[in-house]
Amino acid sequence: MSATAMHDPSKTSYYVNDDLYDEIIAAFTNWQRDDLAVIDPVERDMFRRLLEQEARLLDKDQLEEWLKLFAAECVYWAPATVTGGDPRREVAISFDDRRRMEDRVYRLRTGFAWSQKPKSRTVRMVSNVEVFRTDKPNVRMVRASFQICEFRGFETRSLPGWAGYRYVEQNGRWEIQARQVNLLECDQCIRNPSIVI
Amino acid sequence: MLDKTAGHNRPGFNGPGYDYDYLIQDDRVHQSIYTDPAIFTAEMTHIFGAVWVYLAHESQIPKNDDFITTKLGLRPIIVLRDSDGVIRALYNRCTHRGTTLCRLEKGSAHIFRCPYHGWTFNNTGKLRNVPWPDGYASDFKDSKFNVAQVPRVESYRGFIFGTLNMDAPSLDDYLGPVKGPIDEWLDRHPGGKIAYCEANRLMYRGNWKLAYDNSCDGYHVVFSHRSLLDMENRLVNEADKGMSFYKGRPDSAPMYMKYFGHGHHFKDKRPNMEIKPGAMWAIEGPHPGMEHYEAELRRRFSARADEALDLAASEPVNINVFPNLSILGNHIQVIEPLNHYETNTIWYGTAVVDDEGVWGDALPLINALRMRTQEGFPNFGEVDDLANFEEIQRGLAAFEDEWVYMHRGMDIPGRISGDADGVITAPATDEMFMREYIKEWKRLMQTEPNIQIKREP
Ligand code: FES
Ligand SMILES: [Fe+2]
Repeated sequence: MSATAMHDPSKTSYYVNDDLYDEIIAAFTNWQRDDLAVIDPVERDMFRRLLEQEARLLDKDQLEEWLKLFAAECVYWAPATVTGGDPRREVAISFDDRRRMEDRVYRLRTGFAWSQKPKSRTVRMVSNVEVFRTDKPNVRMVRASFQICEFRGFETRSLPGWAGYRYVEQNGRWEIQARQVNLLECDQCIRNPSIVI
Repeated sequence: MLDKTAGHNRPGFNGPGYDYDYLIQDDRVHQSIYTDPAIFTAEMTHIFGAVWVYLAHESQIPKNDDFITTKLGLRPIIVLRDSDGVIRALYNRCTHRGTTLCRLEKGSAHIFRCPYHGWTFNNTGKLRNVPWPDGYASDFKDSKFNVAQVPRVESYRGFIFGTLNMDAPSLDDYLGPVKGPIDEWLDRHPGGKIAYCEANRLMYRGNWKLAYDNSCDGYHVVFSHRSLLDMENRLVNEADKGMSFYKGRPDSAPMYMKYFGHGHHFKDKRPNMEIKPGAMWAIEGPHPGMEHYEAELRRRFSARADEALDLAASEPVNINVFPNLSILGNHIQVIEPLNHYETNTIWYGTAVVDDEGVWGDALPLINALRMRTQEGFPNFGEVDDLANFEEIQRGLAAFEDEWVYMHRGMDIPGRISGDADGVITAPATDEMFMREYIKEWKRLMQTEPNIQIKREP
C-alpha cells in the first residue's frame, strides 16, 4: 500500500498525484491484447458477475453499496475524448477520486439535485466482457460494452459505450481500482448527464 | 380578475410583423421570445447576423493551416489560419452544390477538397481546381465560385469574433468596457495568455436566451445550486466553500454587477474576499488531488505557492459578451443555439500557458489541479441550472400566461447607479442585466443589419 494510506481518502486527496496519473494512463494504454486474454471460463464468469452486480446496484439506486465495490483509493474516469488523453492536461467529463465519488452520491441524496428530481430510472445492459492479464498477478483489466437505457422526463434515451476496469485483488476480494467510462458520445454535447454512468 | 389581453387578442401578434415594443416591456418579456420558431429564425439574422459573434480562440488554431469547424448562428463555419497566417472564417459550404466542405471538428489542411464532386479550394477560400473543366462553358476565375466568408473577422487578445454586418461598429467599439474585465481575467495568467484544453459539453432543451439570462444571475445561486453548496461544504464546520458568499444577505454583499452596453455584462464576486494571495484557493471546495498538489507546491515554491494555487482556483467573475460568450471562473462557455427550444453549451476548460517560464516546473502541477477544479461546476452545478431552464421551457407552454418577469431591483431608489459612459452598476442579485441586454436585443430585432459575405477576388 502506498505511503499515503495514512490519509483517509474519503476526506483528503493525497493519492491523486503524478504517480497515480502515470499509473492509470499506462494501465489504460495497449491493454486489450489477445495474448493477454484470460480464457478460463471460471475467472471470466467471476468478472462478468461483478459487472452485472455493479449494473444492478446502479439501476436500483444503491449508490452507497456501489461505492463499496471500489478500492479505498480509486478513480472513476469518463474522458471527454475518444483517446482518453492525459487528465492532467485536459478536462474530462468526470475524473473522480474516492472523495468526489462520495460527493457525487451525497449530492444526489440531498433532495436538491434538480437534474435528478424526478430521478431517472435506468436499465443497464452489460455485454462483451473480456478479461486481460497484466504484469501483476493481482491486477486484471476488464473490458465490457454497456448500454444504459435511461427514463426521465417522459422519454427513454440510450447512452451506449464501453468501460474499462482495473481490478485489484486485495482485502480478500477483487476491488475496482480504476473505472474508465467511454461514452460513445463522449466528445458531443450531452443532455443532463447527472446519473452515475 | 380576468386578463383580457391573454390568448387570441394578444396585441404583439397583430399585423404581419411582431410588435417588439409589446413583447419586451420595462419589467417583463413575452413568453414567445423563447418559444416562437419564427422569432428564432429572425434572431439568426437580426442578432447572430448583426453583431460580433464569438467564433473560436486562437489557441485552437495555433499554426498556419490549422482549422476548426463551428457555427455562426446556424451557419456552418470553418475558422482557420490560412497558409499565410491570416485568420479567416469560411462558410463551410461548397460553391458548387452546397455540401459542407469539411466534416472534421479540427485539423490541419492547406486545401479543402469537396467530397461530392472533387472541387478543390485553397484555405483562402479561392477555387483551385475543378475536375474535367472542359465540361463547363463558365469561367472558373469568376470570384463567385470562391468559398463565401465572413467579411469581418477580428481578434481581441486571442478571442476571435466575426460579423456579417458591414454596419456593425469595430470589434473594439463593440466590446467597449467589457474589455476591462477580459483584460483582468487574462492578465492574472503569466504572459496574459491561456490555452483551450478539452470541454465539458452540455445540451439542454430550452431556448438559448435562458442561458444568457442566467449568466449574471446572482439570485438563483443558493436555490438552484443548493445541492452543490451542500456538497462542497459537507466536510467543513463553517460553510465557506464555493459560492457560499451568496448565503445570508447577498443583496448587500460587496459583490456587484455591471452592464456595459451592447448586451455585455459582468458580475464581480472578488470584492467578497480578501485581496491577498491564496484567497481564491481558500474557498475552493474539495477536488481530486488538491491536498497532494497543494503540499507539493508549498514544499517547492513556498513563498509563491499561494499565487500558484490561485491559478488553479476558479476566478470568481462572470464576463458575458453578447450573444454567445461567457467567461465563468476559468471556463470559456460558448452558447450554441440549435433551434428555438434546444441549445448546446460548451464549457471549454482552459490551461495556464507559460511561454516565459515564469512558473517553470510548477506549471504542470498547477494545470493538473486546474483541470480537476474545472470539472466540478459542470458536473454538480450546471446540470441543475439546465434542468431548471428545461422546466422554464416546459412552463412557457402555458402560453396564455404570457409574461416572464425580470424586475428585481427595479424602481428602488439608490439601488442602481449609472456612470457618465453608460455603464450601469447594481447588486449582484438584481435582474438589471437582463432588462438591459433584452432592450438591446429588442433594438437589434427592430433594426435591419447590412449583411454581406466576402469572397476572394
Ligand atoms: S458539391 Fe462540392 S464539388 Fe459538387
Ligand atoms: Fe447557475
